[in-house]
Amino acid sequence: MSTLAPGARRKSKAGWNLLGLLVFVTAGFPVYWMLNTAFKPAKDAIDPDPSLLPTGLTLGNFSRALDIADFWGPVGRSLIVSLSVVAIGVVVGTLAALAISRFAFRGRRVVIVGILAVQMVPLVAMIIPVFLLLNDLDQYDKLSGLIITYLTFILPFTVWTLRGFIVNIPKELEEAAMVDGCSPTGAFLRVVFPLLAPGMVATSVYAFVQAWNEYLYALMLLSQKNQTATVWLGNFTTKHGTEYAPMMAGSTMMAVPIVVLFLLVQRKMAAGLTAGAVKG
Amino acid sequence: MSAADTTTPTEVPPPMSVPPPSRPVLPRRKRTFNATPWLLLAPCLLILVLVLGYPLVRLVTLSFQKFGQSQLWGFLPADWIGFDNFTGVLDDGEFWAVVVRTVVFAAGCVIFTMVAGMLIALLLQQVSGWVKTLVNIVLVASWGMPIVVATTVFKWLFDADYGILNALLSKLPGVEMIGHNWFASGPQGLAVIMLLVVWGAVPFVVITLSAGLTQVPAELEEAARLDGAGAWGIFRHVTLPILKPLIVMLTTLSVIWDMGVFPQVFVMRNGHPEPEFQILTTYSYDRAFVVNDYGQGSAIALITVLLLLGVVAVYMRQMLKIGEVE
Repeated sequence: MSTLAPGARRKSKAGWNLLGLLVFVTAGFPVYWMLNTAFKPAKDAIDPDPSLLPTGLTLGNFSRALDIADFWGPVGRSLIVSLSVVAIGVVVGTLAALAISRFAFRGRRVVIVGILAVQMVPLVAMIIPVFLLLNDLDQYDKLSGLIITYLTFILPFTVWTLRGFIVNIPKELEEAAMVDGCSPTGAFLRVVFPLLAPGMVATSVYAFVQAWNEYLYALMLLSQKNQTATVWLGNFTTKHGTEYAPMMAGSTMMAVPIVVLFLLVQRKMAAGLTAGAVKG
Repeated sequence: MSAADTTTPTEVPPPMSVPPPSRPVLPRRKRTFNATPWLLLAPCLLILVLVLGYPLVRLVTLSFQKFGQSQLWGFLPADWIGFDNFTGVLDDGEFWAVVVRTVVFAAGCVIFTMVAGMLIALLLQQVSGWVKTLVNIVLVASWGMPIVVATTVFKWLFDADYGILNALLSKLPGVEMIGHNWFASGPQGLAVIMLLVVWGAVPFVVITLSAGLTQVPAELEEAARLDGAGAWGIFRHVTLPILKPLIVMLTTLSVIWDMGVFPQVFVMRNGHPEPEFQILTTYSYDRAFVVNDYGQGSAIALITVLLLLGVVAVYMRQMLKIGEVE
């Protein structure tokens, strides 16, 4: 096909590869520097001429990070909040996604526009009324209050992505099952659900990550004694300055599990998020 | 209701269209109200109305009320004061400076994100498999990093005394950056924050555009090449039109997200952004929770939402088109 000689082709590829590696280094540097600082002795972190390569390996920063403020409390609370949000979000979201992707009904368009529109409202704009609402409902500084508010941004997201996964499952499969004597519910449970399950897992993980990472509501709607993991990171900055090495250890503990989860599902998610976008 | 009734929709040809009255309705089956989709939607709509609809209405009413600390604790009733909150905000010179700063900041973030994202997506098509894998891993890592963690890490990179960036720059001949405070001036500090936002936003754009690029038919590119189109010509006339829906979607989403940037500024400035770091979100937060004027804070938030509405309209059209494909 190509008129280029094999040698020239390889050479042109080498140039692109070099550029690609440059992107790799630039984009990866902040992550590398976080890990590097987390594991290096704290005194080496405050060297005005830091060494780019690791200088000795220590876990001291991690134990210091765990000492500075209670770590497992915030992590436990973050887990409770995120898992609850995912459980409610995915069940309720699947039902709604089924409605808008498998049924034609009057008002469908309005529902779709509504679900999309609420994603546009910036969280910060909502914080004042949400704060007052939770105050009135006696839900301020309670995890249940935070869970409800997280649903405002998790639900539209789960509905829209699950819709993307559902429309990729051919309707004919359900129809065939019903011809064979399944009820609509039976057809869903036996045919659609198994095919949808991987999409539901990916959506759950993604929603979990979003809920886990949320900062503003967690900061505003919970007091210090009930803080979640993202807010916990703020404990390293005091008026006496910032303890960077333990802070990077804390950051590592927060980021690594999330990034690993993310790596596992990102390919599937990108497919779900953009399902139909190009074809359209 | 029998099974046959609930399957009705599968037999209505175009899912969205209501049959025009002029067209004869099939005598076989009358179009009856189908409760199933509404039952499926009910829990979702209920939650959204309660925790989103109500606060949205409250946001609007608040912006027309005098609502401060005394009203919050119920010592004083919330009085209706008409447009006073809005005129108060709009008459304030600082507010307009904040608006301009926010728009410039968000525009910068969006443009850099989209251009870098597109370039990297195109680059990934050219590189060897192993380079692609390396870049993808790094992109997903920065995408998955919690924003607060990323902000914390950037704060460390740009630290005045011990930051690696100052140390590296100082290695260049004639440059002495140790002790340089990147956050001493607003524009420079916001440029650092912009870099942080772009760094976090590029991966989603790259991964989405890469998925889109695999859908560009190779035959079309080949045909264009035979017709004498160069690399730029192929990109401009073949690739770009095919990716257009994705680009529109990504750009609008970026605008919405970048106008809503909050933790990056808030955490970077230790919870107290200086006046020259205020953008609409932090400004609204400040008015409400620092000055304790919830009415004016709401007015600012509402103005932000209105600013976004124009962008949203474009996005909405695109998403509706996507939603109607099936």
